[in-house]
Amino acid sequence: MEILFGFVGKDYALTASDNTAARSIVVQKRGEDKSRILSKHTLLSYNGEAGDTCQFSDYIAANIKLYEIKNGVALSTAACTKFTRRELANSLRSRNAYQVNLLISGSDPKTGVPSLFWLDHLASANKVNYTAHGYASYFILSTMDLYWHENLTLEEGLGLVKKCLKELKIRFIGNLPDFFIKVVDKNGIREIKL
Amino acid sequence: MARRYDSRTTIFSPEGRLYQVEYAMEAISHAGTCLGILSNEGIVLAAEKTVTSKLLEQINHEKVYRITDSMAVAVAGITSDANTLVNYSRNEAQKFLFTYNEHIPCEQLVQKLCDLKQGYTQYGGLRPYGVSFLYAGHDEHHGFQLYQSDPSGNYSGWKATCIGQNSSNAQGILKQDYKEGGMSLKEAKALAVKVLAKTMESTSLTSEKRRNFTFDFFTNYYFFEKVEFATLSLVGEKVVFHSYTVSEIDSLLKEENAQALQAEAQNST
Repeated sequence: MEILFGFVGKDYALTASDNTAARSIVVQKRGEDKSRILSKHTLLSYNGEAGDTCQFSDYIAANIKLYEIKNGVALSTAACTKFTRRELANSLRSRNAYQVNLLISGSDPKTGVPSLFWLDHLASANKVNYTAHGYASYFILSTMDLYWHENLTLEEGLGLVKKCLKELKIRFIGNLPDFFIKVVDKNGIREIKL
Repeated sequence: MARRYDSRTTIFSPEGRLYQVEYAMEAISHAGTCLGILSNEGIVLAAEKTVTSKLLEQINHEKVYRITDSMAVAVAGITSDANTLVNYSRNEAQKFLFTYNEHIPCEQLVQKLCDLKQGYTQYGGLRPYGVSFLYAGHDEHHGFQLYQSDPSGNYSGWKATCIGQNSSNAQGILKQDYKEGGMSLKEAKALAVKVLAKTMESTSLTSEKRRNFTFDFFTNYYFFEKVEFATLSLVGEKVVFHSYTVSEIDSLLKEENAQALQAEAQNST
């Protein structure tokens, strides 16, 4: 029932994730930030099996941070994705694979060109312009399909987020109240309140 | 005296030195000269092949190896050791590409190789690799880069440098003639030819002879068969490695020779 979606705009990548930690029919917590900062310009957002998500994203974040400290340069968003995909693919061949779905959003620190990558729990990875994970995709992919264009300004982008959330409110049974909206651009990662 | 401390690679002498490592470096100072020059438009690698016998078949590429699309090395030292290390670094570069889908940054590959070399100065029973490298590379972080490493596993970045026989001589000329603030690739090539001409086998010539003969000597005695030449440059966005063929080297030397003689004539009038 978790919701995670995102898209790239003109000079930013945006992801929106619900902030509910739920188990079965019980809500355990509101205000859970389901993301990890990989570097100044790369953000990992996740959902999936509760323990796996934390474990896996902490592991990835720590390793990418280690790379940055060791080598003095941060990995690009695409390189982070490739690394994460490989780790997930290796885990998939084990007895207890991580059940996580991910979005990796980033912006090139030099050129400011944004990028968004979609990874699922079977370790397939794609570079996308707009995407969603889970049930939400049945409802909002069409919305983004209709309204997304490559020169989306931040204002237009937030309008699109509102449209998506409205659609989910109307049609989706898992009616989630609150969301974290994160933007990555040339200046780094920041949260935006709608 | 030294015998007590140099039978094992990893034991410090009372003066705090590692003799085996120093001997390995000594071995390199007898190897054919390799020089690298960094320019704004690319890097020149030039190397002298030491010819042990005139009956020996000439191998075209003996000292300059390509590691990745955007990196090449020139080696001085024990060739068999170099082959192993070149193999290792090619492998590491591809591993990086496999993991991150991007080319390995130059300094990282240099570091990988130096970590391996360093290991042999510390873990017992094995001899260190008797090889020095010049690395020419390009990446998106720092553009063109030139590095040098030695058997101890130390490495450093340079604008122009030299390893092997006569390297201190060559380094002196490089220091004198390197244009601070950037050279063109053509100027770098010219400087490489000049340095090679003045250092190769010239130890047997007296200084008087050297002054008059260097350039003529260079072209007339088929030195083009004894040097290797390679450049790494950018064509558009793409890094291009070019290893010169024997005939290309020949024409390059002739061209530089003519220009040098012309310059000399102008100076004397």
